[in-house]
Amino acid sequence: MINVLFAVAFLVLAPILGGLIAGIDRKLTARMQGRVGPPVLQPFYDVGKLLEKEHVIVSVSQNFFVLAYLVFIAFSGALFFAGGDLLLVVFALTLAHVLLVLGAYSATSPYSFIGAERELVQLMAYEPMVILAAAGFYLATGSFSVMEIAAFPRPLIAVLPGIFIGLFYVLTMKLRKSPFDIATSHHAHQEIVKGVTTEFSGSTLGMVEVAHWYETVFLLGLFWLFFAWSPVIAVIALAILYLAEIFIDNATARVRWGFALRSIWAVTLVLSAANLVWLQYFGGL
Amino acid sequence: MAYMKRSPWIIHYDGSSCNGCDIEVLACLTPLYDVERFGIINTGNPKHADILVVTGSVNEQSRQVIRNIYDQMPEPKVVVAFGICACSGGVFRECYNVDGGIDQVIPVDVYVPGCPVRPEQIIDGVVRALGVLEEKRARMKSGEPAEAGV
Amino acid sequence: MDILLFLLLAPLIAAVLLLALPDHPIRDWVVRVAAVVIGGASCYLLATAFDKGSQVVAFPTEPVGQVMTVLAVVIALYIIAMGAKYRKPVPIVLALVQAGLLLWFELVYAPGMHAEHNLFVDEFSIVMALIIGIIGSAICVYAIPYMRTYHGQHPEIPDHRRAFFFVLFVFLSAMFGIVFSNNLAWLFFFWEVTTLCSFVLIGYSGTTEAIDNSFLALVLNLVGGIGFVGALLWLGMTQGTIELDRLVGAGAAVALVPATLISFAGLTKSAQLPFSSWLLGAMVAPTPVSALLHSSTMVKAGVYAIVKFAPVLSGTPSGFFVGLVGGVTFLAASAIAVTQSNAKRVLAYSTVANLGLVVACAGIGTYEAVWAAILLIIFHAIAKSLLFMGVGSVEHQVHSRDIEDMAGLVTRMPRVGVMMLIGMAGMYLAPLGMLISKWATLRAFIDAPGGVVFLLLIAFGSAITVFFWAKWMGILIARPNRGEPIEDRVPREELAVLGLVAFLVIAASLLFPWISKFLLEPHVLSIYGHTAELGQDNIIIMLLMLGAVLVLPLSLLYFRSGRHRLAPYMGGRPTTADMHFSGSLGIQREMGLHNYYLEDWFGEPRTFRAGVVVTVVLIVLMFAGLFVAGGLA
Repeated sequence: MINVLFAVAFLVLAPILGGLIAGIDRKLTARMQGRVGPPVLQPFYDVGKLLEKEHVIVSVSQNFFVLAYLVFIAFSGALFFAGGDLLLVVFALTLAHVLLVLGAYSATSPYSFIGAERELVQLMAYEPMVILAAAGFYLATGSFSVMEIAAFPRPLIAVLPGIFIGLFYVLTMKLRKSPFDIATSHHAHQEIVKGVTTEFSGSTLGMVEVAHWYETVFLLGLFWLFFAWSPVIAVIALAILYLAEIFIDNATARVRWGFALRSIWAVTLVLSAANLVWLQYFGGL
Repeated sequence: MAYMKRSPWIIHYDGSSCNGCDIEVLACLTPLYDVERFGIINTGNPKHADILVVTGSVNEQSRQVIRNIYDQMPEPKVVVAFGICACSGGVFRECYNVDGGIDQVIPVDVYVPGCPVRPEQIIDGVVRALGVLEEKRARMKSGEPAEAGV
Repeated sequence: MDILLFLLLAPLIAAVLLLALPDHPIRDWVVRVAAVVIGGASCYLLATAFDKGSQVVAFPTEPVGQVMTVLAVVIALYIIAMGAKYRKPVPIVLALVQAGLLLWFELVYAPGMHAEHNLFVDEFSIVMALIIGIIGSAICVYAIPYMRTYHGQHPEIPDHRRAFFFVLFVFLSAMFGIVFSNNLAWLFFFWEVTTLCSFVLIGYSGTTEAIDNSFLALVLNLVGGIGFVGALLWLGMTQGTIELDRLVGAGAAVALVPATLISFAGLTKSAQLPFSSWLLGAMVAPTPVSALLHSSTMVKAGVYAIVKFAPVLSGTPSGFFVGLVGGVTFLAASAIAVTQSNAKRVLAYSTVANLGLVVACAGIGTYEAVWAAILLIIFHAIAKSLLFMGVGSVEHQVHSRDIEDMAGLVTRMPRVGVMMLIGMAGMYLAPLGMLISKWATLRAFIDAPGGVVFLLLIAFGSAITVFFWAKWMGILIARPNRGEPIEDRVPREELAVLGLVAFLVIAASLLFPWISKFLLEPHVLSIYGHTAELGQDNIIIMLLMLGAVLVLPLSLLYFRSGRHRLAPYMGGRPTTADMHFSGSLGIQREMGLHNYYLEDWFGEPRTFRAGVVVTVVLIVLMFAGLFVAGGLA
């Protein structure tokens, strides 16, 4: 079952919501560091400016890859909010990230090259958890359809605690936050300049930003599913979740990619295996 | 639309500074001055930057690099020389290994002298640079080259 | 069903003709015409038989069976002679054991076992026939220009192209035999012919390495063959039937023992983990041989046999362990593929991995799993043959199989580069072929008993898959302006075949809903009584994604114009277009970029050893499972 209206609503509203979240994020981060911080609308100003800049490229194909990245991020988010198949959403998201990586490769710079390799390491790190999360939702509700999972009358957080914690652990990486911001980061000038996005500028960089907003909203939507039985609790939980992410971002230092990969795989393996086995053989609750 | 003025991203290059000005530039990012209030971000990447901030004078080593960084920045862009060395070479002007101020290599839009330049001056200099940036954007919009006279 | 006979005999006639003809352009034309005829005939089979379900064909047994027995003995004698010539005792012993067991079966039991229907065709056979007929023949056509260049570049290797093309077409004929045989003794005969063909082809160049590797392939496949003869003997001793359709229909109580033994043979033939080394060794052969072994023949025969017995394996402990061998192979081979920089080895490990997935599906054996397994076979065959042929063409121009040497291929060989990108995308990216199958596989695993283990294996395995494919794609599109364009040197016929197969990758993904509806669903329905299908919505979404993937490249036209082009950022150092920068002391240096290979993580010897230990235990458990299930009692 697909609800096209929700998909359109996502496509229109998600950038606004995602941009606001990014703005609040920056404001809170500044406050945690004892600074005033930029205006809440700053992310919109940034993208507005990027659109006004000159079109500069290193290779013709890089813009194509970034455009395709944006399209498929938006597509997978829209598919998710329309209530589509969760596995398809996950695959579309993988496609999107691979396109971003290819864009970085095509730019040929050593910094974007290393960023691309690290982005792939990230992809390899979090992909199992995301697939297993989809499997967990299926085992708990009997469906891959986001619509049916969201309509599930009981709290999924109670039957999927392992999956929830595992997903939360990789969320840091998905949101490109410390300690797992290894592929591109505002704070890693010395090692990788800007990693994946080093060679993207102007409107191309703007597209990457907007794609990031879309993805933020999609990720929050994914976590919504754990609390979908009660919207009030869901909103509160998501707020706490995101606050915790901002706190972790400010309280931790970036780790090496080897540690990131190892720890995420360990968490994924232990928590999701325990949770899934419990669900499949003991029927959860 | 004046987004350009609200989101100036900076790349900072140290030509051959004694680090005095550099420390002051970094001080602007601290809670006391917090230039992110104005949307200023230190990007460290010319492809993302709007303002090139240079400290220290030009020498044979840094000449090519300054040129390269400047060329890699997309239009519109402005250059701010922070500290007397960047403006004119300062006390090192006559040294055998110093070529002089940044304007020996690239066009400079705002000169902020000082030894070292103070954070208040830095912020003031960047704000003035925003005016120039806005002018260039307007020129670019109307189809003229952003760099007048180049 | 004359068309079955035609498909069996046409390649054989072509083969004999090729052996008789001298080195002359006319030979090339025979190959081309035969390829078109075989491809056309397999399409004709599709057109006439797709809606008729499973059909069995009566065919005179005795004379043909006797001929086969004689030929089997000849094959055994040939192997023994070759073993003696190169002083390899192991294959001699194995060939003797196998021939002895076979003769025992033929002389003692076979006369009492009358197979009513020796040939059959169903939707799965049609799918396999299409793969063999179209992909296999395309590879034969590709081999014409390839072998010409090959011998041009390797004057030290004796030119045995007559024998080469002869064996290629015998191989195709044997493959048709495997997928149409309803008589297991016939199936076994064709099985052995493919073993022999691969032995000959792998050793083609005659170097020590090639000979050693060809014997490795022979030994491992003979071990599997002994398992197959064991199945025949067991059937002769206890059941009295050797008809595939009856056995599969009879279920686990009757057929589990032969199913397990044949699965064991299938594991060796499809290069699953403890046996995977032969397929890696086969890389020494000319590339068309690799393409053939990996996509449409040989390894596909292995998984075909296992998938055929999937309904029997389903729900049994033995089936579970067969599946686990596949699952573990998928994970381990994917991990090893990350560490390889030799393009053909990456492709080989990826083949091993993907066949592992098929085996895992077959071992689980539910209706969804079988559906997914056949999809995997189809898409893997198309994409993998494209990649092998692409690597072959590149290797002849770049003179290297190393992935790092393919940097900037899209600018040096734009068409070959883009076609290889299509092939790689087809291997792991939505919405193209393999990903559709992987999706189906995930759904199949999740519903299966014990599915959590499989889920973990596939979740981690496919994440690793993304890593090694994406970094290879990245290398192809990275570093433009490196080296002069060299695409003109690629023979046109090679380009044409590559283009055809690249088109098939996309076409199969587009046509997938119909492939599923007209071939896979009826097949699964006829075996299990119910079938898997993708919802209407999901199909529309897949097609939407595919449309987007096909349309988005048009944006390149827009991005091409009016853009200010800059050199990549190199920390402020002035950089030339071909990525030279002035380093310290003003010395010009070339920028070097290399992929991550994660040796410390997935180093080949360590991962391989671990995989072998686990899979050997699993295979022991697979046979132990027979006692638990009471199959032997």
